[in-house]
Amino acid sequence: MADFFRKLLGKKEEPEKPKQVDVATTAPLTDQQLNSIMGIQSLKSETKQLVSSVGQSVGKQRDHNEDSVLSLTSTIVGNTDSIPFGLYIVADGMGGHQFGEVASNAAVRIMGGNITRKFHSYLYNLPTQSLQESLQEVMETSISEAHQYVQREAPGSGTTVTAALVLGQQVTVAHVGDSRAYSVYPDGRIDPITRDHSLVKRLEELGHLSKDEVENFPHRNVLIRALGQGEFLEADIFTIPFPQNGYLMICSDGLWGVISEKEILRCINDAPTLSRACQNLVEAANAAGGPDNISVILAQMIG
Amino acid sequence: MESGSDKTSRQQLQTGITLVDRYTIQDVIGVGGMGSVYRARDLHFPNVVKLVAVKEMINLAPDPAIRKTIVQNFEREANLLATLNHLAIPRIYDYFSHNEHSYLVLEFVHGKDLETVISDANGFLPEDQVISWAIQLCDVLDYLHAHKPDPIIFRDMKPSNVMINHNGNVVLVDFGIAKTFQTGTKGTMIGTEGYSPPEQYRGEATPLADVYSLGATLHHAITRRDPRLEPPFSFAERPLRRINPNVSSEFEAVINTALQYNPADRFPSASAMKDALMSVARKTGALSKITSALPVSSGGIKPLWAFKCEDEIRGTPALNQGTIFIGCYDNNLYALNAADGQFQWKYASEGGIVSRPSVYDNQVFFGSEDKRLHAVTARTGKVLWTYYTDGKIYSSPRIAEGHIFLGSEDQDLHAVNVVTGRAIWKFATDGPIHSTPLVANEMIYFGTESGSFYGLDFRGEMRWRFQAKRAITSSPISKGQSIYVASLDGTLYSLDSKNGWAIWKFRLGKGSVSSPAIADDYIFIGAADGFIYCVDSRTSKEVWRFKTENQVSSSPAVYKDSIYCGSIDGSLYCLEYRTGRLRWKFEAKAAITGSPIVFDDIVYVGSIDHHVYALFA
Repeated sequence: MADFFRKLLGKKEEPEKPKQVDVATTAPLTDQQLNSIMGIQSLKSETKQLVSSVGQSVGKQRDHNEDSVLSLTSTIVGNTDSIPFGLYIVADGMGGHQFGEVASNAAVRIMGGNITRKFHSYLYNLPTQSLQESLQEVMETSISEAHQYVQREAPGSGTTVTAALVLGQQVTVAHVGDSRAYSVYPDGRIDPITRDHSLVKRLEELGHLSKDEVENFPHRNVLIRALGQGEFLEADIFTIPFPQNGYLMICSDGLWGVISEKEILRCINDAPTLSRACQNLVEAANAAGGPDNISVILAQMIG
Repeated sequence: MESGSDKTSRQQLQTGITLVDRYTIQDVIGVGGMGSVYRARDLHFPNVVKLVAVKEMINLAPDPAIRKTIVQNFEREANLLATLNHLAIPRIYDYFSHNEHSYLVLEFVHGKDLETVISDANGFLPEDQVISWAIQLCDVLDYLHAHKPDPIIFRDMKPSNVMINHNGNVVLVDFGIAKTFQTGTKGTMIGTEGYSPPEQYRGEATPLADVYSLGATLHHAITRRDPRLEPPFSFAERPLRRINPNVSSEFEAVINTALQYNPADRFPSASAMKDALMSVARKTGALSKITSALPVSSGGIKPLWAFKCEDEIRGTPALNQGTIFIGCYDNNLYALNAADGQFQWKYASEGGIVSRPSVYDNQVFFGSEDKRLHAVTARTGKVLWTYYTDGKIYSSPRIAEGHIFLGSEDQDLHAVNVVTGRAIWKFATDGPIHSTPLVANEMIYFGTESGSFYGLDFRGEMRWRFQAKRAITSSPISKGQSIYVASLDGTLYSLDSKNGWAIWKFRLGKGSVSSPAIADDYIFIGAADGFIYCVDSRTSKEVWRFKTENQVSSSPAVYKDSIYCGSIDGSLYCLEYRTGRLRWKFEAKAAITGSPIVFDDIVYVGSIDHHVYALFA
């Protein structure tokens, strides 16, 4: 840092650089703006790039798919910075309910539509007003709109939703049900980001079930919170840093309930690419019997 | 108990007897089934009176197997206590045996047990008070239930096992039958009839049994009806609000849930019950109204020292190497000895000083309403240089990487060389800058009176800008990748430090000029609606709020497990930061607008009443 300042002090100020530039206006950049971007990038080459992939399978024992998935990866180009943008949603329609797939489809469609609409003008670099709502508010209104839609259009049905909005280096998560988000690190750590809203999890947290009992619990699929169920939906909404040097993984219980964490790690670490990793995960779950629909999204910050 | 065989062994210890050459018995403070509890003085501390509680257990069981079990239980209690560390659990100092007598030496709790408090009270105890104790009891139960490897079940929650100490806080006593709980094992019924849940009679003791007993304890405390005198499990037949109509329906609902016959219908855990109580407390405003039932320190906290200046102190002190530096509206910067408040020197500027001084390399830097940034020596207050801006300075200097960053009413953010006092660059904004810049992640962050919030790089170039609806006078703080700052628009913002996106917004009752503070996952901030708020940094949910009597412009300071914050009502509040519970308050003679600082268990704060105070934290 001292070096940096020495360099800085030695340097003459560049003439007439526009000090305040509207955040929203974009290309074409002036020469000064270009220079300033290049200057910053040479100072610290920290441009991060977000990449992602998806794997899905109906499984070996079901005849239709009640999981729905959305994966959108892009970049918001600003004046000096490019901000990674990602929206990843996994919804698992509740089996045993009518129209499980209707609920999960609707949840993804409504939430995805709502959120992308908010960011539309940023993503397409249209002149814009700055976003009035906070990221958590965007997630909150989107998930409750999806909740109301499902209640109205497919009463009686329900779905899990785990949605992650990546903006820059942070992830804002909205979660209800027992699909899961994880931070997965190549060194073998696999940390759950979400907490299942399921009966078995609740009993486990209360210490009523041992690890073995959890594995063999007969009502593993009973959810205590689901989108579309109950009058008022209380989703978990929170913001965490994007896993550094690791992966963000979102999946339905057709994956996490079927293969072990060790196997998940092996599938990811053995794969040369993210898309191969997703395929490995789906194949592993199918090889283990594929009792349920399988959905997985992997995202990684490169650079 | 008197029917025992050997009367001499059963006799209580006489006052004045010294056990193991160390503990002199002063008084009997309790009588139990197996012996008495005494207050004793620990002679290992000859110069002070250190009191301890000595719990005696007399083992007269004729059956050797039972005798052995009793000794084992006693030792288990001792070993259990030795592994616990919680404010509401007495610490264990020692244990020893002598023939058929065994002794535990415990922390002595000054105070009364809850049963006595209930029976001594004139009428019903105030609901707010009972809620406050209930929250603390949930907290300690949650601590026990979270014990590793196995949860500890207290198994005997009842008013006589809850001490209320001289600060009005609860302490759980008598871990004689507390038990680590292994799933699947069945025990025998131990507990106290009236307070124990149905399943405990079947030999099951789980965390939910403690939840029930806590419900029974609270029911007793708020209705004054002793459940031991009623048929078991008959709480439902004695609707609480019919006995005590002053109780809120919300609190009644919480007690009823805890008292459900079927464990699955109760709160799933002590912490869930605590959450429910916290939301009741928020609704009824109990948390901010709680005062101690056993009035202590109502005579007021005495400052360690006080120093009088010639005009109002509105700013915040700085401490460096045993010296307090603080600016005053009498235009002077004062240097005081932090230990005793002795005047060391003062330096006169030509305007009022509200900004907080910064100390760096034995030099003190501060801005004044005379539009200048002053640099003086820390030892003598001799001027080194001054730096002119074109406006009054309310922003405090921030020193990083050999540079001073500060804002001015001239609408510029100034970067000044710390040695020469010369400008490196200025960044022009759209409004006066009162906010103190934050330097973090190789960026400089600050707000302006026109409601803009800037992220600049070290070259003074804007990386991003965020617009609030009204002025940002508050000074930002950061944790991880987020920046937290409040605005006069009545919002506490969490902004992404890299790009300025709002991650969340939290609505305050009114605008705020207070600067947030952080501990764990909690953000603390004051607002003009008179509240001090605690907000979860991940979820933006309110954890608690505390009501003062007037606006809060002061910024909270975190120290150990407390926060300290001033109010225009003239008080400095010390609150437990996890619950917002009032620990103590200090009343100055006029408003406190500046922020306290805390070092080595001493709080320093200035007031409009012209004084700087030092108080024990």
